[in-house]
Amino acid sequence: MNEMTKIETTLKDWETDQEVRWCPGCGDYAILKAVQRTLPQLGCDPKNTVFISGIGCSSRFPYYMETYGFHTIHGRAPAVATGAKLANPELDIWLVTGDGDGLSIGGNHMLHVLRRNVNMQIMLFNNEIYGLTKGQFSPTSREGTRSPSTPVGSVDRPANPASFALGAGARFVGRGFDVSKNLPDVLKAAHAHQGAAFIEIFQNCIVYNKDVFNDFAAPKGAGDRQLWLEHGKPMLFGDPKTGLDKGIALDREGLSLKVVDATEDNWEEAGVLVHDATSRVIANMLIEMPFGPFPMALGVIYDDPRPSYSESVAQERAKATEGKQANLAKLLGSGQTWTVEADEGHPTD
Amino acid sequence: MREEVPIHRCIFQQDKRLLFGAREGTYMATQAADLGSANEPSAQPDAVVVRFAGDSGDGMQLTGGQFTLSTALAGNDLATFPDFPAEIRAPQGTLFGVSAFQINFGSREISTAGDAPDVLVAMNPAALKVNLPSLKTGGLIIADTGEFTKRNLDKAKYDVSPLEDDSLAKYRVLAFDISALTIEAVKEYGLGNKDALRSKNMWTLGLALWMFDRPREPIHKWLKQKFKSKPDIANANIAALDAGHAYGETAEISGPLSQINVAPTKTEAGLYRTITGAESISLGLVAGAQLADLPMFFGGYPITPASAILHHLVRLKEYDVTTFQAEDEIAAICAAIGASWAGSLGITSSSGPGIALKGEAMGLAIMTELPLVIVNSQRGGPSTGLPTKTEQSDLYQAIYGRNGDAPMPVISASSPADAFECAIEAVRIAVQYMTPVMLLTDGYIANAAEPWKVPDPATFEPFPVTFLEEKNDGDTLLPYRRDEKGARPWIKPGTPELMHRIGGIEKHEETGNIDYSPENHQAMTDARKAKIDGVANSIPDQDCCLGEPGAKLALVGWGSTFGPIHRAVSQAREKGLDVAHVHFRHIWPMPKNTGDLLKSFDKVLVPEMNTGQFKTVLRDQFLVDAQPLNKTDGLPFYIHELEAAIEEALS
Repeated sequence: MNEMTKIETTLKDWETDQEVRWCPGCGDYAILKAVQRTLPQLGCDPKNTVFISGIGCSSRFPYYMETYGFHTIHGRAPAVATGAKLANPELDIWLVTGDGDGLSIGGNHMLHVLRRNVNMQIMLFNNEIYGLTKGQFSPTSREGTRSPSTPVGSVDRPANPASFALGAGARFVGRGFDVSKNLPDVLKAAHAHQGAAFIEIFQNCIVYNKDVFNDFAAPKGAGDRQLWLEHGKPMLFGDPKTGLDKGIALDREGLSLKVVDATEDNWEEAGVLVHDATSRVIANMLIEMPFGPFPMALGVIYDDPRPSYSESVAQERAKATEGKQANLAKLLGSGQTWTVEADEGHPTD
Repeated sequence: MREEVPIHRCIFQQDKRLLFGAREGTYMATQAADLGSANEPSAQPDAVVVRFAGDSGDGMQLTGGQFTLSTALAGNDLATFPDFPAEIRAPQGTLFGVSAFQINFGSREISTAGDAPDVLVAMNPAALKVNLPSLKTGGLIIADTGEFTKRNLDKAKYDVSPLEDDSLAKYRVLAFDISALTIEAVKEYGLGNKDALRSKNMWTLGLALWMFDRPREPIHKWLKQKFKSKPDIANANIAALDAGHAYGETAEISGPLSQINVAPTKTEAGLYRTITGAESISLGLVAGAQLADLPMFFGGYPITPASAILHHLVRLKEYDVTTFQAEDEIAAICAAIGASWAGSLGITSSSGPGIALKGEAMGLAIMTELPLVIVNSQRGGPSTGLPTKTEQSDLYQAIYGRNGDAPMPVISASSPADAFECAIEAVRIAVQYMTPVMLLTDGYIANAAEPWKVPDPATFEPFPVTFLEEKNDGDTLLPYRRDEKGARPWIKPGTPELMHRIGGIEKHEETGNIDYSPENHQAMTDARKAKIDGVANSIPDQDCCLGEPGAKLALVGWGSTFGPIHRAVSQAREKGLDVAHVHFRHIWPMPKNTGDLLKSFDKVLVPEMNTGQFKTVLRDQFLVDAQPLNKTDGLPFYIHELEAAIEEALS
């Protein structure tokens, strides 16, 4: 996001007159509401806010936001957004993509928008399936996923979006899921981050990959399966009703993470780590934690800003144009020139 | 065929084939060449073709470039043709590593780089072998004997040195040890042999400057500037240049060489410079953006021969130019589309394979009706094809190469200087009609240089863009409501109250909201077509650049074939043949009188460097019996090829 003047709006101001055309019960509805709820809280200005998407179910998103919107072509939204941001750095850009759009056909652009650190919020809706094309396995589908193109189960190893983002050089990596009440907080942190902020949002495709995230997203037992990270806070989890009873500690011998018994009173003695969102090493370990033995790491996993692309481009421009003035006539007549006199037709140097 | 071309007046006072021994300063005479002209001391031909050929590491392009500048400064009209291998550093001395630069200059109007050289400078055996077939009979070969070693002869697949048998009897040969002379000349700068030999090209340039009586000062100045931080290298190069020049003078004293004086061309008064197509397109785009009152955003990805445009524009940031080297061709055009959406003039540039990758995004720009200029510097295809050679085989791709009914204006530049105006025209159409526009050029135009009369920007007609600032239907915004040209309004994100969504999905003909209904898709398809057809209302009628409507024969061309067609038609007309030259800038849509004009000729012949693409378009659009004249050998047309075709068509 940019430094900006805060504008008073309500959720209604961000809704369009267009009928929302996702399947009833799709996780996208919840994400749409979370975004529409978050923008007024951030004081965003609809005229400077833009939503840019590729192709897929998620990419219909811009039609439902009362902002400027561009529904582009499959996988290319990061490139379109990069051009728009360079042309007008004042725009507050939200990129909407999915696991197929962002990591398969558009994987290359995702890599580059992250390494360049173009200032925008990138929401990748990960439903681990191709929804709009009727259910083929996607680059994030788990091994053995049965789909129209893999009737006996997929053999491709899945990509981990957050891990990809971190590897590509993202300076902000967050995670949330469609119906989580914490999603707006992740969106706000992403918006506050100067540079490319990557948010993986687990999203339930109720038609082609129903409840695939239930193992950690289902309300029942969620406390034991979700690790919500907060910078400067110990990495504790557990059922909040009975009290947090586990934590993440560093296994110094094996240079890996481990789950330890710990409470809010004794976490220090138990060796529970305090989340440092600026640590890339810890971020990587949290993202790579195998779910099952470990909870799912959610929230702001990594947030360590560096100058954004538009800032660097502006500095480079200032350097390149220092002391230079635009003068078209002079430019056209530059280089080695000569003059032909009217009478002679003979040139002079 | 080539032998039938009238040989320009021979240029050297010489009747002996000479082999010089450099160190000894002596020469030995061998068999006299059968030449039969030009014994006068200072010949004055009206045009001369010189080709510098050497190893790709020998700096032939640089030599040619500097010779071009000095020739332009001497007031000759000229045209050049650089011909270099695709490999950056091909193995030394090999046949495929030969790099050449040809220049045709004269006191008359010059429209091509010339069919066949009068003078061939061959820096090694491979350069001689590759280029000899194009040399005119009786032409002059200047060869560096220092490079005619056993090893280099083997690499060039010569069993015997051609300098020592009769194989060059048809030509005149000046062979001497340029390598040794160069080492001698730069001795005092203490360079090693390897570094010293790098100045060989400057020695050769010095000799060429002397031969054609060109001033050395501009080259001195250029060398000092180029090697500002390395004065020794600058001085060594200057010494080599001066030594080559002095060698010519000394040789003249002993009789074998003479100076050629090519008189300046009679040209319109004014300020001139040399310009390549890549430069003029870049300048034209900058001028176009200024006339449209827009910042420019250029998205590119490195590809031969289009990269030169990126290299030029990146240095012009003070003209409100933003350049972006993208991760691939698709990102380059998509970023340009994003920038256009945000209110800049989006531009992208590539060559055939890259243009193929951009196809889907062009459809997006057509569908969202955003201005965009796509420059295609065509090269030989298909696939990777011939990256450094020239062809016109992307015409179908430009006109038709997208999914769906996706009409897009196409214009083509006919010469390096013409490319400037074409670039401005492409920008004008893009912003006035809210459409992507394809600007076709080719490897030849991109790299070739010609003199250009510097235009005065005050004479350009501005076409400033107006963005929509408020709702255009009472309280309602209709982003796809069209103006009299069929163009929708351009609305910048950031404008208050005008928030709306666009995209590649079919949209309602006024609101722009998604609309798949049959009647709407029909209406939108028709509207997109009508808009592009309507561009014809804003372009001038097609004229004949030589001859008149109704001629017995018209040669109809587009793009870089302009030079050879013009020269061939001009020569045919001098012989009294009733032939016209029609050359198209606007390929799609074509000028409104095109059908009538073409039907006025008895015969229409379409020379193209492809298998007949424009011919097919003309037949399809106007039902005329256009006949093809095609070539796809990676080289521009020779004038004699066209002359033969004219004579055959009229016989």
